[in-house]
Amino acid sequence: MSGHMNLTLKVWRQKDAKSTGKLENYEAKDISPDMSFLEMIDVVNESLIKKGVEPIAFDHDCREGICGACSMYINGEAHGPKRAITTCQLHMRSFHDGETITIEPWRANAFPVIKDLVVDRSAFDRIIQAGGYVSVNTGVTIDANSIPIEKEIADDAMDAAACIGCGACVAACKNASATLFLSAKVSQLALLPQGQAERQIRVEAMIDQMEEEGFGNCTNTEACSAVCPKEIGQHHIARMNREFFGAKLSSPKK
Amino acid sequence: MSWFTKTVFSTSVGRKVIMALTGLFLCTFLAVHLAGNFQLLHQDGGEAFNLYTKFMTSNPLIKAISYVNFAFILAHVVWGAYITYKNKSARSVGYAVNNPGKTSSFSSRWMGVLGTMILIFLVIHLKDFKMAYLGITKDLPMVTYTLENDEKVIVKDMFSEVNLEFHEPIVVGIYVIGMIALGFHLFHGFQSAFQSLGLRHPKYTPIIKTVGFVFWGLIPFGFAIIPLIIFFR
Repeated sequence: MSGHMNLTLKVWRQKDAKSTGKLENYEAKDISPDMSFLEMIDVVNESLIKKGVEPIAFDHDCREGICGACSMYINGEAHGPKRAITTCQLHMRSFHDGETITIEPWRANAFPVIKDLVVDRSAFDRIIQAGGYVSVNTGVTIDANSIPIEKEIADDAMDAAACIGCGACVAACKNASATLFLSAKVSQLALLPQGQAERQIRVEAMIDQMEEEGFGNCTNTEACSAVCPKEIGQHHIARMNREFFGAKLSSPKK
Repeated sequence: MSWFTKTVFSTSVGRKVIMALTGLFLCTFLAVHLAGNFQLLHQDGGEAFNLYTKFMTSNPLIKAISYVNFAFILAHVVWGAYITYKNKSARSVGYAVNNPGKTSSFSSRWMGVLGTMILIFLVIHLKDFKMAYLGITKDLPMVTYTLENDEKVIVKDMFSEVNLEFHEPIVVGIYVIGMIALGFHLFHGFQSAFQSLGLRHPKYTPIIKTVGFVFWGLIPFGFAIIPLIIFFR
């Protein structure tokens, strides 16, 4: 078929968390440039199944760029060469016929590989569990308009809330740091009236949990924001740092 | 551990505060040091520089600050090494193919290596000049100057030592390379320090960027140009 591509894939294959994996070569034949990257893997997996080879395991769910499941490090970049998208929104027109594409899982000790390209991102869940929420223990829902908030602040909080927890920030960071992920939640709730009550204990607990999970230190390379599918900015990290210092200097906890 | 030591030792955000504060202090030191170095360019046989050296090594306040300065250099090095070690251990299995150049600056990724280069430079620099001035590696000749109020002062002739060293091509080369490493280190380090301290705002981030250029651009250039001027003079 005209316009279709033949590609060589180098894919990380790893039987389970305990095994040591390696890169294996696969041919992806007759790939339409209109396919998404995940559809291309689907096609390769179909052919592997027919050959009796174990298909490549990879995380995917919504396939419309909002769930953050599709974690792939493609040709040395989180979610591949395009910006502000997840792997499912990456299309094969971004590659050329005959190209070799290397596909690896997110690499971080806090994100151990479960199988092939699937990593365990439950460290993120535990960070959120540590304080990334608002407790409302009683009463009915208050009318939204009774809580005044400036448009600019609401917008900034919304930009932070757009984080889908995909982990590209950790994958791209040379230090495997989760600071951008953490800062998005801290910043979002620090900006909103609903987040005020637990503001100080939240940032302290979440940062403690991040340390425990074994993520690295932020060295402000800004690679995280560059690869973030939701383009979450560095100013959220600065805000989280301020929140943390404020909490350390004045929180009720000794 | 108290809340304070726990913060600065065992949280990533706290550790970076130590890097930021010591780093910014060392930046102010660079500015003062360079201002002093310009005395070398006076065509007065070294009088201005030698009197300045005497002042800098005998004034009690300056001496006290110099001890703080050495302590901060040490803290910056030790904390930097510790953070680098922690960061390396956060990813034991690396990528087979990695393309970090598309998402981050060279300076930000090579801070540890650039810092090590600066440390090596610093050891050579202190051995060359500080040890010579202290009389450990050399016995500098004394020189007498008559001040404006007819007072006579006898000081060590540091200028002749610097002048001699800066006519050695290898020494000049080391200084230029050291300052290039410093420039790259501060290109990331200066503005990164403010980010670590949580100081980022559309109102004053542009000022930090502008002042940053003085520190990563003009100051290392100033340090590098002095040995070159002396070499070619």
